[in-house]
Amino acid sequence: MKFLRMRPGFGEQLIAEGDVEVAEEEQALIEEFRRQLDQGMWAAVPTMSRGGRREAELVRAFDDIPRDTSRVIFFPRAAGGAE
Amino acid sequence: MIVALSATAIVVLALLWEISMPWIERRLDARRQLRERRRAGDVGAAYDPGRERRAEQRARELLKSCVNEEEWAMYRDLGFLRVWGGQSDPDGPAELRGIDYAYLVYPHKPIVAYLPQTGRLLNEYCVEFPDETRPYGSPRLPDSDDVLAKWMALNGDERRIIAEANLHLPGRQIDPRQIERDLWRLGRWERERLARALRAGGGDPQRQAEPADG
Repeated sequence: MKFLRMRPGFGEQLIAEGDVEVAEEEQALIEEFRRQLDQGMWAAVPTMSRGGRREAELVRAFDDIPRDTSRVIFFPRAAGGAE
Repeated sequence: MIVALSATAIVVLALLWEISMPWIERRLDARRQLRERRRAGDVGAAYDPGRERRAEQRARELLKSCVNEEEWAMYRDLGFLRVWGGQSDPDGPAELRGIDYAYLVYPHKPIVAYLPQTGRLLNEYCVEFPDETRPYGSPRLPDSDDVLAKWMALNGDERRIIAEANLHLPGRQIDPRQIERDLWRLGRWERERLARALRAGGGDPQRQAEPADG
C-alpha cells in the first residue's frame, strides 16, 4: 500500500509505503495516516464499483481502508473559498 | 616615517569602516529577512515555471489513473469535468429526489451545480484545498490535483464537501455565458463521441456519452 500526498509545486509525493500484512509496516502506515489527518489532510481511496466504474471513497480511519487497496491519496481538506 | 604611515593606515581603515558599515548592515538585514521568510514558508520569489509544469504533468497522470476514461477525455479535451450528483436517488433529500443533477468541476474555480435536462444553473460552490505548508510559497495545488481533489470529494462524500464550500448564486465567479458555452461544448463533445463509438461498432457508449447537456 502506498500513501501519496498532493503538494503544491510537486504533484503527488510518495510519503509512505508498506505491506499491511506485515505488522511493523502496518503500524508505520497507521502512524503516518494519523499524522496526515492531524495535519489537516483528507484521505481518499480510489475504488471500482461493481459495474466497473472508477469511484473514490473518503476515509477517516485507517480501519476504513480496504485491505487490498494499493494507494491512498492525501490532499488538503476543503475550505470555503472566495468570500 | 613608520609612525606617520601607521597613522595614515589607521585613518584609512577607519574611513573604510565608516563607509562600509551601512552596506554591511543592509546585507545582514536582507539575510535576516530571507531567513525569517524561509522559516515562515514564504519563498514566493522562487517561482520556477519548469517545476510547476512538471508538477502539473505528474498531477495529470494521477488524475488519469483515478477517473474514468470518458472523464479523463472530457478534461483533456474540454478543460473541465462533469460529475453526476449522488443525492437524486429515492432515498435522497426530498427536493432532489428523482431529479438528475450534476456538477461542472473546473481547476481553481467554484464547482457549478446544474440540471442537465434543462441546462439551468443551480449554485456555485466555492471551495479550495489550500496546503498551508506552502512548500514553494504558494498553497495552491497543481490544476489537475485540484480537479482530482474535487472529483474524489464529490464521489466520496458529496455532502461533506458541499457543507465545507461557500454557497453562492450562479454568476458570482464564473460568467454564466461561459458555462452555457461549456455545456454546449460538452453536448457536442458527447454527440461526437457517441457517433464515433457507434461507427466503431462499440456497444455501450456509457452514460457519460449520452447527449443530455446543452
